Amino acid sequence: MRPNMRFFIALLWAAVILPPLSKAQKTFPQNGVFDERESLFAFTNATIVKSWNEKLDNATLLIRNGRIEAVGVGITIPKDAVVIDVKKKYIYPSFIETFGNYGMPEIPASTAQRGGGGFFGREQFVSNKKGAYSWNEAFKTEFKAHEVFAPNDKEAEILRGVGFGTVVTHQLDGISRGSAAVVSLSDERAHTSLIKPVAAHVMSFSKGTSTQTYPTSLMGCIALLRQTYLDAQWYANGGSKEEKNLSLEAWNALQSVPQVFDVGDKLEALRAAKIASEFSKKFIIKGRGDDYQRLNELKTTGSPLILPLNFPDAYDVEDPIDALQVALSDLKHWELAPTNPSRVAAAGIDFALTTNGLRNKADFFKQVQKAIEAGLTEGDALKSLTATPARLFGLESDLGSLDRGKIASFFISDKNIFAKDAKILHNWVQGRPYVLSDLDKVDPKGTYNLTVGNQNYVLSLGRGENTATKSGDSTKAKLDMTVLKNSINILFTPSGEKGMIRLSGVVENGNMSGRGQLADGTWVNWQAEAKGASAGNDEERKNTAEAKKEELGDVIYPFIAYGRKELPKSERVLFKNATVWTNETDGILQATDVLIEGGKILQIGKNIDASTAKTVDATGKHLTAGIIDEHSHITVARGVNEGAQSSSAEVRIADVINCDDINIYRQLAGGVTSSHILHGSANSIGGQTQLIKMRFGYEPEKMKFENWPGYIKFALGENVKRANGDGGVSSRFPITRMGVEQVFDDHFTRAREYLNAQKAGKFIRRDLELEALGEILEGKRHITCHSYVQSEINMLLKTADRHGFKVNTFTHILEGYKVAEKMAKHGAAGAGFADWWNYKYEVYDAIPQNAKLMQDAGVLASINSDDAEMARRLNQEAAKSVMYANMDEVAAWKMVTLNPARTLRVDSRVGSVKVGKDADLVLWSHNPLSIYAKAEQTYVDGVKFFDRQEDVKMQDEIRKERARLVQKTLLSKKSGAATQPVQRRTQRLYDCEDEDDEMR
Amino acid sequence: MKKSIIVIAFICSFIIGSKAQPLPAVAQSEPILIMNATAHIGNGKVIEKALIAFENGKITIVDNVQTSRIDMSKFKKVINAAGNHVYPGMISMSTDLGLVEIIAVRQTVDHTETGDMNPSVRSIVAYNTDSQVPPTVRSNGILLAQITPNGGRISGQSSVVELDAWNWEDAAYKFDEGVHVNFPALFSGGFDFLSGGFAQRKNENFAKQITELEQFFSEAKAYAAMTSPSPKNLKFEAMRDLFSQKKTLYIHANLVKEITEGVLFGKKMGCKTVIVGGRDAYLVTDILKSNNVAVILDETQALPARVDDDIDQPFKSPAMLKAAGIPFTLSVNGHWQQRNLPLMAGQAVAFGLGYEDAVTAVTLEPAKILGIDKTVGSLEEGKDATLIITEGDVFDMRTSKVKQAFIRGKEIDLTNKQTDLYKRFKTKYDRLGGK
Repeated sequence: MRPNMRFFIALLWAAVILPPLSKAQKTFPQNGVFDERESLFAFTNATIVKSWNEKLDNATLLIRNGRIEAVGVGITIPKDAVVIDVKKKYIYPSFIETFGNYGMPEIPASTAQRGGGGFFGREQFVSNKKGAYSWNEAFKTEFKAHEVFAPNDKEAEILRGVGFGTVVTHQLDGISRGSAAVVSLSDERAHTSLIKPVAAHVMSFSKGTSTQTYPTSLMGCIALLRQTYLDAQWYANGGSKEEKNLSLEAWNALQSVPQVFDVGDKLEALRAAKIASEFSKKFIIKGRGDDYQRLNELKTTGSPLILPLNFPDAYDVEDPIDALQVALSDLKHWELAPTNPSRVAAAGIDFALTTNGLRNKADFFKQVQKAIEAGLTEGDALKSLTATPARLFGLESDLGSLDRGKIASFFISDKNIFAKDAKILHNWVQGRPYVLSDLDKVDPKGTYNLTVGNQNYVLSLGRGENTATKSGDSTKAKLDMTVLKNSINILFTPSGEKGMIRLSGVVENGNMSGRGQLADGTWVNWQAEAKGASAGNDEERKNTAEAKKEELGDVIYPFIAYGRKELPKSERVLFKNATVWTNETDGILQATDVLIEGGKILQIGKNIDASTAKTVDATGKHLTAGIIDEHSHITVARGVNEGAQSSSAEVRIADVINCDDINIYRQLAGGVTSSHILHGSANSIGGQTQLIKMRFGYEPEKMKFENWPGYIKFALGENVKRANGDGGVSSRFPITRMGVEQVFDDHFTRAREYLNAQKAGKFIRRDLELEALGEILEGKRHITCHSYVQSEINMLLKTADRHGFKVNTFTHILEGYKVAEKMAKHGAAGAGFADWWNYKYEVYDAIPQNAKLMQDAGVLASINSDDAEMARRLNQEAAKSVMYANMDEVAAWKMVTLNPARTLRVDSRVGSVKVGKDADLVLWSHNPLSIYAKAEQTYVDGVKFFDRQEDVKMQDEIRKERARLVQKTLLSKKSGAATQPVQRRTQRLYDCEDEDDEMR
Repeated sequence: MKKSIIVIAFICSFIIGSKAQPLPAVAQSEPILIMNATAHIGNGKVIEKALIAFENGKITIVDNVQTSRIDMSKFKKVINAAGNHVYPGMISMSTDLGLVEIIAVRQTVDHTETGDMNPSVRSIVAYNTDSQVPPTVRSNGILLAQITPNGGRISGQSSVVELDAWNWEDAAYKFDEGVHVNFPALFSGGFDFLSGGFAQRKNENFAKQITELEQFFSEAKAYAAMTSPSPKNLKFEAMRDLFSQKKTLYIHANLVKEITEGVLFGKKMGCKTVIVGGRDAYLVTDILKSNNVAVILDETQALPARVDDDIDQPFKSPAMLKAAGIPFTLSVNGHWQQRNLPLMAGQAVAFGLGYEDAVTAVTLEPAKILGIDKTVGSLEEGKDATLIITEGDVFDMRTSKVKQAFIRGKEIDLTNKQTDLYKRFKTKYDRLGGK
């Protein structure tokens, strides 16, 4: 039926039995005669699914004035009740949409206004919104959904059609989106449909329509959320005397309601939960449907989830070459996405289902079916749509089950709502009916014995094509049928005959009868008697579910190619007879054994006897400490630069580590065991950095180098003065090297004052930016500064001296060789490229002998990558100093191991092969400085994360798993499933200068 | 306007301010004999104790010290290279060396002309012999380069230069030897904010764009059939020799279908075709082989194209092409990066390519592709004495030290801006007392 037809029928109903629209709105004047009614309805003989775990057969539901008066078996029905017999039908509490924007104003789609600057654009530094609101336009905390809510029957009808009666609605715009309201899907005035004005505070990692530049990155967004929590506390504790801020007031007011957080993937879910725990909050997290990929970690957070049913369509993989572009992770997600709800349920995580994310909300049941086929129980499905949402949003006294006193929002279906062909007939919202289909609608289905005059036929109706078969014949004749209310019209040409038989009659008690005319014009009587009902399909579904279960692939960690089903464990290993590059006074030891255990190096020596250890024959091979990359941007999610302001000391790479980066594995294959993940170089004072260990497969928190003192990225030169944009568009201070000095002078002056105020016990607003700078002044946080030319290097050294802090590292330091003696005197380390130059003006004097000159002048020198590819060949880059400057081989090797370990203050743990240090080791096929050297095995904490032989096996497994999934995809397409075209997805690889706004 | 003048003045000032280029070498004045080196001939052969003589810029003798019976007295200049290696000078392919000085300084960039169809554009006239970059490249053993324009559908024509000259005319070894086509891309699109990566959809116009290119070439071909066409069309004039195969058609293509369609395109047009890029070439070696198409393999020290790929795929591709019998060369992206060509060859050796095959891939094979193998590309009698002497294996940074280099017998200066700066600041620290 077309939607407007349904609407029309609903209107008819309203005209007959419904109270007038204005009934509930007591305050309104009435134009015409008042029509107040009790609206008492009794639904009898129903199967009432009272709640997700309680079903009553042959029961009655009594509702009055939009509330449930009674539910149960053998209830006395008041005389004045309108009795509606719903025999053989089901009544369910209607569903609650927990993540909707029903009835919200449309968000302007114009993106032309978006994009507050970036590398080449003009920045918008503060909010354009008028009034005493947040400085940041993406914080729309003052927005109140209930104030703008306007019922919208067109939208409501779609949701009612799939069983919903209530929506927790909010405007999908901004990082803090303000409050959500609970509303019903009735078409009455907001006065009736508004159930709970302030039901939740909703947040996200997306700026939405904000045109402001800050934040441009996910880490900026997280920092801003963190600062807002602090600001709100400050405001409540007295800050309101210094400034009136309506957004912060709203924020504080909203802290007592549920906090909902919309995330883009499972790792963002973990990030949101982490923010919550920092401020002793608990978020309800609305996921992206890939939660099963990090289920244990999500469970640990204790956050309830709102799950979408956005199961992806299969990819078009018919062309094997094109299909190469589809990643294993996409193929696997296609297969496993429908198992997400059941896996979440099995893990014991509280969850609700949402229609959000569905392209077509009318597909809701189709998707729920898929989830059920993939293992979700009907009980859990129902719970996640009724009781759980009601509980999560404090609606239990009104909604979530069919109990006395609750709102009369329920729907009537012709069978178990999760059966494949179940139909919703009525959806009652707050005691008002919305008719999707007549309760007693004539719908002939099944087999009938038809007698027309003296001829008998067998009719098959409602199962594919309608047909009539003459008795004694096997040829089926196609049959046309029209039903109008109770009247029926049938038309067919019996097989072997020429003319058509036309029958007209009524359907009564499941049988049909009436008058008809044969082809020759003869009038006849006819009857059709039902032969039996159609078989159920629950059994069928069970079978498909079981069949499906068998062929599902494994969840792997990380969820990309080369991920593993089980994470590798630390081993007791004896490397026999290796050439060991100790990086200690022992130098290079020949034919030496190394024993590791419990993640540590246990013993180094000749002929170590360790019978229980796994032995690796290292004859002819070189064993070294793992490579440490001082400068990398792998594993960063959504933006490596927070470049909207000249200082972004408050942002933390630690917040955005992406453990699903294939480059972790690739670099393990290049012998890298630790990597220093840096903020970019778009601003003078960048963000806080994070040292990680390359524990491929582990969650972000477990990749972090334990007990590591914090570092921060600074930058000088062309990037921070925005010289390489198109003609000085930037209005951000500074645009010269002169201004860069001012940024440091200014910020450290303020940071010192901040520290002083703090020490004096003054009431101050906690400022995470100044706190980070204060940590530098106190020697607790260390600087790694992107820098190229000698003038700026010297400038920062002098600035540091003036303000009493140290520059720990100059990174990229390609002109370090010009002022090496000054660096050495200050105690600053240098880390740079081996041979890069001429990509911009400030590297015109870069030379490949830089490291050697710095080292000779007493500077601790390292070679770093800043490049996902080069990082897997850092051993070669180190060797370039041998090639260009005759550096001693051991000294060269230390530039990618011990020197970065010292630079990063972790040399007590890593950087050399020494008893007691972490077993971060690499076994090389050749001298590691040779172009011919290959890492054969790489260990982090004694765990073998890379093995060249295992890698060959994994490639084979990847090929097989892809082949299996491709075959399954092809079959699915053959059976009519929707597909999507192949996409060529490449992972974002960052370098210092990448500054796109990734917060949209 | 004012700003750009200032910038230009600024740039001029630093170029003038730095040390001038090493002087171009003088012509070979006397016969030179290299003795006792391990000679990597370039055609796959090695002579352990070699004897190589050259005179007037040409190689006169390539032999074995033990068996050779030459008259030593003829040579006043004898280089005893015992323990050293001799290789043909390496050839950089498909590079904008000399067309750009500093990538981010627009004023120094001359590699990409505006417009789509620029077959008549010639790289050679913009090749800057005074660039600071080529001296840093040749000091690593690369002595010739194919200077290649970028951009558009048809970028223009490449020329081969020697990396030691007073001006582009002197530098040119072979003028306008090929036309470069950026073949239509199979996928197009951009950044996908949802996945945080680049998600490209299939280019719906792929076939149409190839047809458009065919149209252009067909007209050029018809034009080429005329002896004195009127009106004269410079674009088609530039393409004339493609159809007589005097010029090579370089098709830049990376994905399987781009490569295969590119090969068929070249065949249909009757051109001598070479694939440049060829990242997925290892997947379609049959069609390359059956059409006798060579591949200039781009940047093999690269990440795999796809997450699921063999993590070492780019490293292994050279060996795979060799095993399939495809003629190929290695090539490095960019300008200053050309000096890493030998290391890229070493990487290929580490991942399965035979050592002498790797030598061929950066010497004789590129010479063949460029059609200059009659005179250069290997250590053979009668060819140019364009060669290098190294202390160790030139493909391994651990051992590589280029001691001497000769271009047509001229011994070239192996210093460069960077060695000068090294010396200058070494002096500074020596004066400070060092450490």
